[in-house]
Amino acid sequence: MTSVAASDPPPVQASRRPSVPPWFSRVAAIAIGVTAILMPLFFDPISGFIDDCVVALAYVVMALGLNVVVGFAGLLDLGYVAFFAIGAYTVGWLGSSFFSKADVHVLVSGNAATLPGIHVNFLIILVVAAALCAIAGILIGLPTLRLRGDYIAIVTLAFGEIIHVFAVNGDSVKIFGNGYPLTAGRQGITPVDQVKLPFLDPFNQLNLRPWYWLILAIVFLVLFVVIRLRDSRLGRAWVAIREDEIAAASMGVPLVKTKLFAYAAGAAIGGMSGAFLAAYLNTINADQFAFSFSIFVLAMVILGGMGSVWGVVLGAVLLSFINNRLIPDVLNGVPGKLHLDFQLADLGFGIFGFLLVIVMIMRPAGLLPERRHRIEMAEDIDVQETMYDEERQ
Amino acid sequence: MADTPIDPPPAVVSGPRASVGSRVSHAISTWGLWALLAALPVIYAVKDLSGGHGLSRIGQNVLEGLSNGSIWALIALGYTLVYGIIELINFAHGDVFMIGSFVAAGIFGTIGLTLTTGPLGLVGGLVVVLIICMVACGSLNVMIEKVGYRPLRSAPKLAPLITAVGFSFILQNVGLLWLGGSPASVPDLIHAQQDVFTLWGITVQRADVLAIGVTVPLVVALTLFISRSRLGKAMRATAQDPDAARLMGINVDTTISATFALGGMLAGSAGLIYALYQTTVWYFQGFQAGLIAFTAAVMGGIGNLRGAVLGGIIIGVIQQISDNRIGPEWTPAIVFAFLVLIMVFRPQGLIGEETREAG
Repeated sequence: MTSVAASDPPPVQASRRPSVPPWFSRVAAIAIGVTAILMPLFFDPISGFIDDCVVALAYVVMALGLNVVVGFAGLLDLGYVAFFAIGAYTVGWLGSSFFSKADVHVLVSGNAATLPGIHVNFLIILVVAAALCAIAGILIGLPTLRLRGDYIAIVTLAFGEIIHVFAVNGDSVKIFGNGYPLTAGRQGITPVDQVKLPFLDPFNQLNLRPWYWLILAIVFLVLFVVIRLRDSRLGRAWVAIREDEIAAASMGVPLVKTKLFAYAAGAAIGGMSGAFLAAYLNTINADQFAFSFSIFVLAMVILGGMGSVWGVVLGAVLLSFINNRLIPDVLNGVPGKLHLDFQLADLGFGIFGFLLVIVMIMRPAGLLPERRHRIEMAEDIDVQETMYDEERQ
Repeated sequence: MADTPIDPPPAVVSGPRASVGSRVSHAISTWGLWALLAALPVIYAVKDLSGGHGLSRIGQNVLEGLSNGSIWALIALGYTLVYGIIELINFAHGDVFMIGSFVAAGIFGTIGLTLTTGPLGLVGGLVVVLIICMVACGSLNVMIEKVGYRPLRSAPKLAPLITAVGFSFILQNVGLLWLGGSPASVPDLIHAQQDVFTLWGITVQRADVLAIGVTVPLVVALTLFISRSRLGKAMRATAQDPDAARLMGINVDTTISATFALGGMLAGSAGLIYALYQTTVWYFQGFQAGLIAFTAAVMGGIGNLRGAVLGGIIIGVIQQISDNRIGPEWTPAIVFAFLVLIMVFRPQGLIGEETREAG
């Protein structure tokens, strides 16, 4: 069953895919990209819609990162929130007045240059966050190398929870000496330095357009990296491991290196998004790093279509909008109009759960399944149909 | 996906070792795990003894851990049963347990159980509540399987995981609307904190008696059911190979439904015990308990009934010792650190898994 993946049977592919001209998807991608770039010009710079878009794009980056681990390499990671936390705390450590005893300033100007604490330029923080997360990803990945399937899930979950506990209780952990706690616990590290990019004014909360374009640029960068990775030798090795680890190993795929690369790449991408979200939300609070966040991002990946880059983008945008806009804002007035006496906000995650169930039952392979999965699914159905026929005879 | 019992080639995991090194690593892999498990109790026992105190405090910790762990064991059994048969992490299971607690809390008043009910009426009433909770949670679990998992039987493996998360959210929302966002108190019917007897300085409370007294018979009954009954045999056959089981004339769908019913019933009984034991119920309790119980199931070896019970009890003991000695705010980190270490030493869990992938 699984060996099909190695050699796609062309007839199945031809019969199941409507033929679109090869240039069509490229034109569509460019059109969507241009629309995404120009979109904020048509909205008020501090409108809630732009706000939701910024958050949605940050989730897109998160989901793309998780997709590398879960979708490409098939390693079910339930502790992805760890990289959100590490990325966010990188901002807290290197870009705020949190360590008020220190006095370090690297390539910062304006307000941040005069404040005590460690203040490093946001671009450097972004790189450091990605690097730290990649290291953390490898460290978390190491104990899972001998494990299979859902055991990987529970070990990554365990690491996610351990990091959450450290985030909550970090205000009493002073490994760097007195005056240098690990985190600020539930109180949160706030405010955080405003993002200052070269040649641009510092970002602020009154004009969300620069934030939007920054995260959009990160999305484009990550999309480019992820697509190139997918089509590379490494990407094929990931898929090979996902489909059949033993066959891949006997074909000469180095399991340890390949898996650790997947963890590192996914973690680095998540860390970048985490650092951005921390700067954008202007707070790093331990309550942000709960297990439900990992599940939320995983739902985006699976709902969109595991392993499918565009599916994951779609899944992330949809779930983020449903969660942040549709349920709290758009639908909230509905019960009142129907003269029903309850607040829809009370039903928020019930509706969310209901939508997850419905969409998954309607499209089990995700909204935009990966081509390889689609073929496998089709093949599975064929096998079952023949079994049925035999039973009937 | 890989339907084969062969482990990945060891050469990839570790290079060639010298004979001394291999002997050391052999010793570590044999005894390291037991040393690890014994570490917490032994350290604190030694500490108590050297401090001039007896062993009663550590004994008390272990006892409370046992009774607490037996609740986790009941929930973990549900995870492990379901995982064994359809290889799904049933994320909604913890919330089914929560609903069990809520049903119990709601029904106490309805059937007239109050703080002044006499012992006979109390026991009779609690048995009735237990049965109602078990039936409610069993049917809820079966319904979830029918709606959420059965249509996805041939779908990619992770698709039902997401519907499970969806049902978990829905059930949590039901709980939120039912009893509100903050923990609700339950009448302390059995006077949970009342001492029953004291032995060697270890005090046994009524809550401990209840937890262990309900769990042990249920686990024994379940084990007998799985190993002796016709349906239990069908379950084991389906867990091993659903296609072959179908060819042998086993109704796979019914068998899976029965498995969910069993898991739900255990969760319902755990819900009742929890409500009486903690005397508060909360819509979020299921989520936390589910996480712990799933960890317990994996720790013991998923798909393995004895493993789930053992894992639940071990986690209960670790939690109690950590709560009492280190600080409750660090307990989750310690439990999960133990889990990671156990996975490193024994990737297949303490007793060993019983799933198709394991062969």
